Amino acid sequence: MVANILSWIVWLPVVGLVAILFIPREKKDVIKIIAAVATGLQLWMAIMLWLNFDSSSGSFQFMERAEWIPSFNISYALGVDGLSLPMVILTALLSFLAIFVSWNTDKAIKGYFALFLLLDTGMMGVFVSLDFFLFYVFWEVMLLPMYFLIGMWGGPQKEYAAIKFFLYTLVGSVLMLIAILALYFTCGNTFDMILLMERAPQALDGVLWWGMSAIKVIWVMLFIGFAIKVPVFPFHTWLPLAHVEAPTAISVILAGVLLKLGLYGMLRVNYTMLPDAVFWFAGSLAVLGLINVIWGALCAMAQTDLKKLVAYSSINHMGYALIGMAAVIGASAMHGQDYTAAQAGLSGAVFQMFNHGTISAMLFILVGVIYERAHHRNIDGFGGIAKQMPVYAGVSMVAFFGGLGLPGLSGFVSEFLCFIGAFPIFKAIVIISTIGILLNAAYFLSAYKRIFFGELNEKYATLPDINGRELFTVIPLAIITFFLGVYPKPFLDIIRETMNVLIDKVVLIGSIAGM
Amino acid sequence: MSNLQSIAFYWPELILVATILTAIIYDLFTRDDSHRVGIWVLIGLILAQTIAYLTGNGTITTLFMDTLAFDPFASFFKTLVTIATVFVILVSRENDELKGYRTGEYYILIAIMAFGMYLMVSSIDLIMVYLSIEVVSISSFILAGYLKNSLRSNESSLKYVIYGAFSSGLMLFGLSIIFGLTGSTKFSEIQTAIGQLSGAADLALMLASALILAGFGYKISAVPFHFWTPDVYEGAPTPITAYLSVAPKAAGFALLIRFFHNVFSDGGLLVPAQWLSATELPWPQLIAVLAVITMTLGNLVAIQQSSVKRMLAYSSIAHAGYMLMAVPMLSKEGVYSILLYLVMYMFMNLGAFFVVMTVRNRIGGEQLDDFRGLGWKMPFVGVVMTVFMLSLTGIPPTAGFIGKFYVFAAVIKAGSSFYWLVFAGAINSVLSLYYYMRVVKSMYFSGKSQEILTYPGKLLTLLLICLVVPTIVFGIYWAPVADWVRNSLMFFTQIH
Repeated sequence: MVANILSWIVWLPVVGLVAILFIPREKKDVIKIIAAVATGLQLWMAIMLWLNFDSSSGSFQFMERAEWIPSFNISYALGVDGLSLPMVILTALLSFLAIFVSWNTDKAIKGYFALFLLLDTGMMGVFVSLDFFLFYVFWEVMLLPMYFLIGMWGGPQKEYAAIKFFLYTLVGSVLMLIAILALYFTCGNTFDMILLMERAPQALDGVLWWGMSAIKVIWVMLFIGFAIKVPVFPFHTWLPLAHVEAPTAISVILAGVLLKLGLYGMLRVNYTMLPDAVFWFAGSLAVLGLINVIWGALCAMAQTDLKKLVAYSSINHMGYALIGMAAVIGASAMHGQDYTAAQAGLSGAVFQMFNHGTISAMLFILVGVIYERAHHRNIDGFGGIAKQMPVYAGVSMVAFFGGLGLPGLSGFVSEFLCFIGAFPIFKAIVIISTIGILLNAAYFLSAYKRIFFGELNEKYATLPDINGRELFTVIPLAIITFFLGVYPKPFLDIIRETMNVLIDKVVLIGSIAGM
Repeated sequence: MSNLQSIAFYWPELILVATILTAIIYDLFTRDDSHRVGIWVLIGLILAQTIAYLTGNGTITTLFMDTLAFDPFASFFKTLVTIATVFVILVSRENDELKGYRTGEYYILIAIMAFGMYLMVSSIDLIMVYLSIEVVSISSFILAGYLKNSLRSNESSLKYVIYGAFSSGLMLFGLSIIFGLTGSTKFSEIQTAIGQLSGAADLALMLASALILAGFGYKISAVPFHFWTPDVYEGAPTPITAYLSVAPKAAGFALLIRFFHNVFSDGGLLVPAQWLSATELPWPQLIAVLAVITMTLGNLVAIQQSSVKRMLAYSSIAHAGYMLMAVPMLSKEGVYSILLYLVMYMFMNLGAFFVVMTVRNRIGGEQLDDFRGLGWKMPFVGVVMTVFMLSLTGIPPTAGFIGKFYVFAAVIKAGSSFYWLVFAGAINSVLSLYYYMRVVKSMYFSGKSQEILTYPGKLLTLLLICLVVPTIVFGIYWAPVADWVRNSLMFFTQIH
C-alpha cells in the first residue's frame, strides 16, 4: 500500500502533465505513452484502493489532512467512503481508456493530452476532497480543460457548445460558492466537510432569511449548482450540444464522469449537510427525475444523429438515479419506516451512476468508431453494417442492450433497484416512469435495427471492422456490464455501509426537525 | 507631530522628490537614449521603497501637523503603487507607441504621479486630499496625451481633463460645504463635529458627501463617474492605461476607505464600526447599489467591445464594482478583502494590458481580430493571456478567484441583508466570463499549428513571467499576501 495514496491518485495526472510539457511537440508517441502511463498508474492505484478498502465501515478512509491557509481555516483534506470509491474507480478506468480512444488525435497533441490530464485531476479531486474549499477549486479546475477540449478538438459547432457549457456550469458554480460561504459563516467558520455535516443541521435550524428557511435556501442553491452538471431538467440544454460536439474521448468523460459529479455532490453535500430539507425536496426530486426520464427518452426518440440519441439517453438514465435518491425518505417513520426500500433506492441510484458511466462510455466509444469510418452519424444513413462489421455489431449489441436496461446487464439491476426503492412512496411516479423504459427500448432497438440490419449500404461495403485498439477500450467496460448485471453483490457490498450511514442521517435528523 | 519632527518619517517621499528634481536635470544630458531617465526614476523609487521598508516599524502617527497619516495602511498602498510603477516604467522601454518621442518627461511625470499617490493614500486632511488628487490627475492628463501625433491620444487627454476638472470641481464644492459645517479640514475633527451636528444640517451634509463621492468615484471609475474611462484607456499609451487602471484606482480606494471610516463612521478599523446616524442618507444601501450598477454596466458594455484594450477598460470598471461591494459593511473584513483584491487585481490587470501591448508591437493592432490565432503564433503570450483572462473572470486556481472569494466572504459575513449583493456579484462574474473567454476563443479556436513561432522580447517576457507567476501562485497559496494585508489593517483614527 502506498502512503498518501489519495494524493497520488489525484496528482499523478499532473505529474504526467508536467512531463508532457517538457517533451517537444514532434514526439507524439512519447506524449501519448506518458499520458497512458500516468492514467494507467492511477488506475492501478485506484484498484489498490479498492482492494484495501474496508467495506464494513461507513466512514471515511485513507484520510489525509494538511494545513493550507490557516487564517481562513482552509485545509487540504482527502478521504474516500463507499460513495466516492466507486466514482474514483470509474474515473480512473474511463480516463485510462479515454487515452486510447483519443490515440489517433493528430491536432496539437501536446495540448490535448496536457489538458486531458488536468481534467482528470480535477474530476478525481472532487470525488476525494473533504474540504469544501478544495472541493470547489477542483470543481472549477475541470471547467477550463473541458472548455478547450470541446472548443478546439470538437465538431462543427464546437465554439458555441464550449462557451455554453462553460457559462451554464459557472452559473451553478457561483451559486455553490455563495452556499459554501454561507455554510462557512453559519457553522462556526469551517470548510471541513465532516465538521459541516455534524454542525450544519443544528447551526441552521430555525434560521430565517427573508422569511425563508436558511436550510432550504442553501439546499436550493447547492441543488441548482449540482443539477446543472447532472443535468436535471430544465438545466439540461447544454448537454446534447456539448456531448455531440466534443471529440469521442471527451464525450466519454462527459457522460461517464462529469454527469456523476452532480449526483455525487447532491449525495455528499445536500444529503449529509442539510438532511432536513431532503424531506421537503424529495417529492420534487422524484418529479424532476420523472421528467428527466420521459423527456430524455422522448427527445432521444426524435434524434437522427446517433450521438445525440446517446446524449439524450443520458438525461433519461440520470432520471432513474434521481428517483432512486428520492426514495431515501421511505425509511422515516412518517413514510412507513421501510428501511430496505430506502436502501434499495439509494444503492440503486449510486449503482446507476456507476453503470451509466460504463454503458454510456461504451456507447460513445462505439459511436466514435463508426464515425471515424463513415464520417457521419446519421442513423438512417447506414444499413446492414452487421454483415460488414460483425464484431462491431456484437459489441454494440451489449452496449445498446445495456442502455435499454436488458435483464442480465448491469443497467437493469440499478434501474430495478431505483424503482423498487421508490415504489412504496412514489407509486404514481414509478409507474409513469416505466413508460420511459419502454421508450428506451423502442429507440435503442430501432436505432440498432436501422444501423445494423437490412440491406448493406453499398457505400459501406468496404468498411473495416473494429480494430484491436478500439476493442481494447470497449471490452473491459462490456465485461463489467455483464459481470455486475449477473452478480452485483461486490459493488453493493462496497457501498452498503455508507448508504446506511446516509439513510440514518437523513432519517434521524429529518424526523427531529419534523419537516 | 510638528513639521520638523515629521521629516524623520518622511524620507521615502523626500527621496522621491529628489529623484524627480534630479531626473529633470538628468533628462537634459540624455540625448540619444531618453529611456535612461526611466532607469534613474526606477532607482529612486526602489531606494525610497527600501528605506520605507527598513524604517517602517508599525508606528502610527500623523505628520506635518495632522495633514498626513503615517500608518501601515498607507505603507501598504505605497508599496502597491511602487510595484505598479516599477512594472510600468520597465514595460515602457518596450513600447513601440513611444518610439520617436522623447521619453524623459514621460518618466518624470510617472514619478510625479507616484508621489501624488503616496500623498493620496496617507492624507487625512481635506486640503491634502484635494491637492494630492490634483497632483495625480494633472500628471495623468499629460501622460494620457503623450502621443502627440496620435489623434486618439489627444482626444483621450482632452476628455480626461474635462471630466477630471468637472469632478474635482464637484469634490471641492463638497469639501468646502463640509468645512463650512464643521469648521475644520481634519478628518478626526470633522468626525467629532458631525456627531454633534443638529438635524438641520442633514441636507447640506448629504449634498456634501454626494459631491465628495463624485471625486472618489472618478478616481476609481465607478458609475456614474466612469464616462472618461473607456476613451482615455483606449487612447493613452498602453503602459499608461495599465498604470491608470491599477495605481490611481488603488489610491482612490485607499482614500475612499479612509474617508468613510474616519469621517462617517464612529470607529476605527479594529473596532466594529457603524455609520454615523447623523447622516440621513442610507449609505450602505446607496454604495451597494452603486457597486452593482458599476459592475453590471462595466460587464454589459464590455461584452460589446471589439477592441481588447477598450474591453479591458470596461472590465476595470466592473472590477471597481466588485471592490465597492465590500465598502458598505464598514467592516474589517471588508477592508481586508478590498486590499487583497487590489493586490491580485494589480498583477492580472497589468498583465492583461502588457499582453495587449505585446500584440500591438508584433501584430500591429489591439482589436479582437488581431488576437485571432495568437495562441498558435505566439504560444507563450497565448498561455499567459489565458491565465490573465481566467484570473480576471475569477476561476480558481488563480489570484482573481481569491480576491473575489474574500470580497464575497466579507459581504456574506455581514449578514443576510446583503446577500442580494453577493448574488449580483456572482451573476456578474458569469457575465464577464463571456467576454474574457472571447479573447481566449480568438486566440485558440481559430488558426492551427505554426512552423515559425514568435516570442516577445526578453524584457517583456521577463515582465510577463513576473506577473503571471503571482497570478497563479497567489491563487494556490496566498497566505503571504493575506498576512501582509492583515498587518496593514491599521490606520490612524481617533476613537471616542
